[in-house]
Amino acid sequence: MQMQAGMTTFLTLVGMMLVTAIPRILPLILISASSMPGWVRTWLEYIPVAVLAALLFPSLLMANGEFHLAADNLFLWAAIPSFWIARRTRSMLAAVAVGLLFVSVGRLLGY
Amino acid sequence: MADKEWKYSYNRGNVYCNNKRREGFALRMEQDTRSSIAKDKNINNAVLAGIVKAIPVVLGYLTVGFAYGVLARNAGLSVFFTVLMSLLVYAGSAQLISVSFFAASANPLTIILTTFIVNIRHLLMAAAMVPHLEGWRPLQKVAFGLELTDETFGLHSVGFSEGKPDKSTVFAINITSQLAWISGSLLGAVLGGMIVDIRSLGLDFALPGMFIALLVFQLKSIKHVLVALAAGLLSLILLSSGIQNWNVLIAACLAAGIGVVLCKCKQE
Repeated sequence: MQMQAGMTTFLTLVGMMLVTAIPRILPLILISASSMPGWVRTWLEYIPVAVLAALLFPSLLMANGEFHLAADNLFLWAAIPSFWIARRTRSMLAAVAVGLLFVSVGRLLGY
Repeated sequence: MADKEWKYSYNRGNVYCNNKRREGFALRMEQDTRSSIAKDKNINNAVLAGIVKAIPVVLGYLTVGFAYGVLARNAGLSVFFTVLMSLLVYAGSAQLISVSFFAASANPLTIILTTFIVNIRHLLMAAAMVPHLEGWRPLQKVAFGLELTDETFGLHSVGFSEGKPDKSTVFAINITSQLAWISGSLLGAVLGGMIVDIRSLGLDFALPGMFIALLVFQLKSIKHVLVALAAGLLSLILLSSGIQNWNVLIAACLAAGIGVVLCKCKQE
């Protein structure tokens, strides 16, 4: 019985692996860059900046599925020095370090 | 006597020649080893560069992976399956969502279908990587795709836009990131009961902080700024109107379309 449950879990994981791997791999194998029309190339060039913003905005402005625009939104405040340092130094590590420092000091102060 | 002398000098000459040849050989050997050492050094540097680039991802993945490990154990998954999922599936949000399904003993097909829907956004990211992987062998593309996550995609899209990075750097980023994810899961699964206060270190800001920097590096023109604003706002609107899981895919597709329109307008 337990063996069977383990088998079910294992097969579920394999299924999860397949449905995750296929979208990650299929475009790389099937699409060739040379056959793309010009506008598709342009469109794809804008995908990274669009994806990054689409991922980032909710992580700063929402918490638990709700808008979090109050003054105690520590992440939103920490984003300001991170953004500034990233622009000034062009260093990702510096930007992340400043953000982490800001958040940990903020929490230390009780926010 | 003369014969002997000639033999002697001939032998000496031969020895001399042999020595010269040996020296030449040794010199060539030395050059070979030196260039292979230089090559090794270059590869080592490229690998090291990838590991350094992955540091923010490592911080974030250790943190989120730990949380996943704790939750997975609480949901009744064994340590083995908890870590195996990080090895096979390697997708943060999908794994966290699946854990709540496992806790509720949901139908395996429901779990798999939900995973598919949560991860379908990677279709778009993989497509955006296509122009950068021209000339790669199919197996290298498969290996690259298997470790394509939101975070490694962010790192690679900036890396590729700044020039052609070494393949060793690209794979070092991917492998380092997944190792951090697996380690985090294992630590969480094993130390589950122990309360580690990651919040006080601010480590949950590692990934948002990284995305801020990556976004800044991608803001190359006013058009990019407009596309980013459109994508971010669309993503928020979709999320707040209850369209979860699809928000990144839909928002990015539409916003990048705005970029194409802006480009067309400028040309005409």
